[in-house]
Amino acid sequence: MTEQIIFYLLAIVVTVFSILAVTSKRIVRSATYLLFVLLATAGLYMLLGYYFLFAVQVSVYAGGIMVLFIMAIFLTHKPGNNVSIKQGWRVRLSLLLSVAGLLLCGEIILNNTIGIVRFAGKEEPTMQQIGTAMLGTGKQQYLLSFEMMSILLLACIVGAILIARKTKTEKNEPNETEL
Amino acid sequence: MLIYSQPLELTKLLAAIDNFLQGNLTPGWTVLVKGILVGILILAAYTLIALSLIYIERKVAAFFQARLGPNRLGKYGVIQSLADMIKILIKEVIQINKADKLLFYAAPFFVIVASVLAFGALPFGMNLHALDFNIGVFYLLAVSSLGIIGILLAGWSSNNKYSMIGAMRSGAQFISYELSAGFSLMTIVVLSGSMQFSEIIEGQRYCWNLFNGHLPAMIAFLIYLISGHAETNRGPFDLPEAESELTAGYHTEYSGLQFGFFYLSEYLNMFIVAAVAATVFLGGWMPVQIKGWEAFNQVMWYIPSWAWFFGKAGLLMFFSLWVRWSFPRLRIDLLLNLEWKYLLPINLANLLVMVVIVLSGFTLTDLFPALFGK
Repeated sequence: MTEQIIFYLLAIVVTVFSILAVTSKRIVRSATYLLFVLLATAGLYMLLGYYFLFAVQVSVYAGGIMVLFIMAIFLTHKPGNNVSIKQGWRVRLSLLLSVAGLLLCGEIILNNTIGIVRFAGKEEPTMQQIGTAMLGTGKQQYLLSFEMMSILLLACIVGAILIARKTKTEKNEPNETEL
Repeated sequence: MLIYSQPLELTKLLAAIDNFLQGNLTPGWTVLVKGILVGILILAAYTLIALSLIYIERKVAAFFQARLGPNRLGKYGVIQSLADMIKILIKEVIQINKADKLLFYAAPFFVIVASVLAFGALPFGMNLHALDFNIGVFYLLAVSSLGIIGILLAGWSSNNKYSMIGAMRSGAQFISYELSAGFSLMTIVVLSGSMQFSEIIEGQRYCWNLFNGHLPAMIAFLIYLISGHAETNRGPFDLPEAESELTAGYHTEYSGLQFGFFYLSEYLNMFIVAAVAATVFLGGWMPVQIKGWEAFNQVMWYIPSWAWFFGKAGLLMFFSLWVRWSFPRLRIDLLLNLEWKYLLPINLANLLVMVVIVLSGFTLTDLFPALFGK
């Protein structure tokens, strides 16, 4: 009973703020609405009693990625201005695509409900189990090698920036006001 | 294990309240009433701790600067912060033209909700623990990272360049130092083999983690204190609100209660950092005990666990104030250098050293099980 009430509250938050996030005309507000969606999703994990995923969702998405989003928005030109949506066909196309995506996901979830119940009903894994699953090298434990590859990619990105960066000249470069 | 007499513990009182509620209400209502009671208690503790910290900070600052500090209201000015609170409550909340109203009003709530969420997970004493997840340390790191969003939104929605620069500085600083704080706590998670606060405390019964992990634990402790201090935007790291350059940084445009929220959460974040450091490194609410000295242990247990907790946290908070009023402010590039070029590499190496020490059995509990073992 209580769980159902909390579930519906979270579901309403997710739905309303998802819609607001794409319809809002101010990009910083969109980011904030997206943050609420991510937090409500974290709430759903907590409702399931899976605290590890809750903490991961909050720290990675809400605390990490959203902060980077907002910082990146601040660096854009005039982030406070209202965005005007002109092309009507784009809106209609994306609406169509999202409805199609919803139908596809709904179909998959409906036909595999038994599988979901089986996963959700399991006991919460201990930290030791999660740790071995993440850093193990056994069957189906690919996370370690995956993360190693991401470090390689990071090194590539840093190297690319270093090569592409202009070398500093001794002369004082003219600043923006002079240009 | 011997059961010690604990006359001042709140365990019996809590059990009595629990019995009373269960005797008079159905199970569903019992949970609801208990939840509300715990919520009220946490909010009350939040306010009381913040008010007393503001008073203590002003007195300590005055002491360091050889002046008197608040001394008019009540004996030694003890009700000064209460009077300030009443003043801030009845002040007008000023509306700003051309500011993003919604985000401007929402921003202080992000900051205060993040610190209340973190505050709720602290173990204040024996059985005085609202949330005891098996991922306690991780939960605390996760929810405390939400506060920075409030600061960024506050700076942006104020429509003020100083606020914006303050918020950007704060964001860069918080993201950087959060890494160090997280890694230094992970070092101790490796040592104690658990993320649950109650298990971490139980593991420190005869030997604090600070001594149990000797060299790497002490390095982690120092790094945690530095980065925790930087995360709260205080002391030598208060660039986001450097008053000589940015008036008051991200909360320049705020007034009344909204400003009060930022102010309260700053002090509470300081308390949370000190409390986490005390719990993870200094044994939390566990009294100082020595194996085999039963009489000594009994005397230590006469001091209630919550007094130990607040004593240890208070000591660390005094260090924090000491640092704040002793060092000049860093420049922003020096600040980021300190984190990325020194603290982070040291921290990563330190984590590896800790893993080696734990795996090869060089912790104090492994070396001297007769003295420190469980």
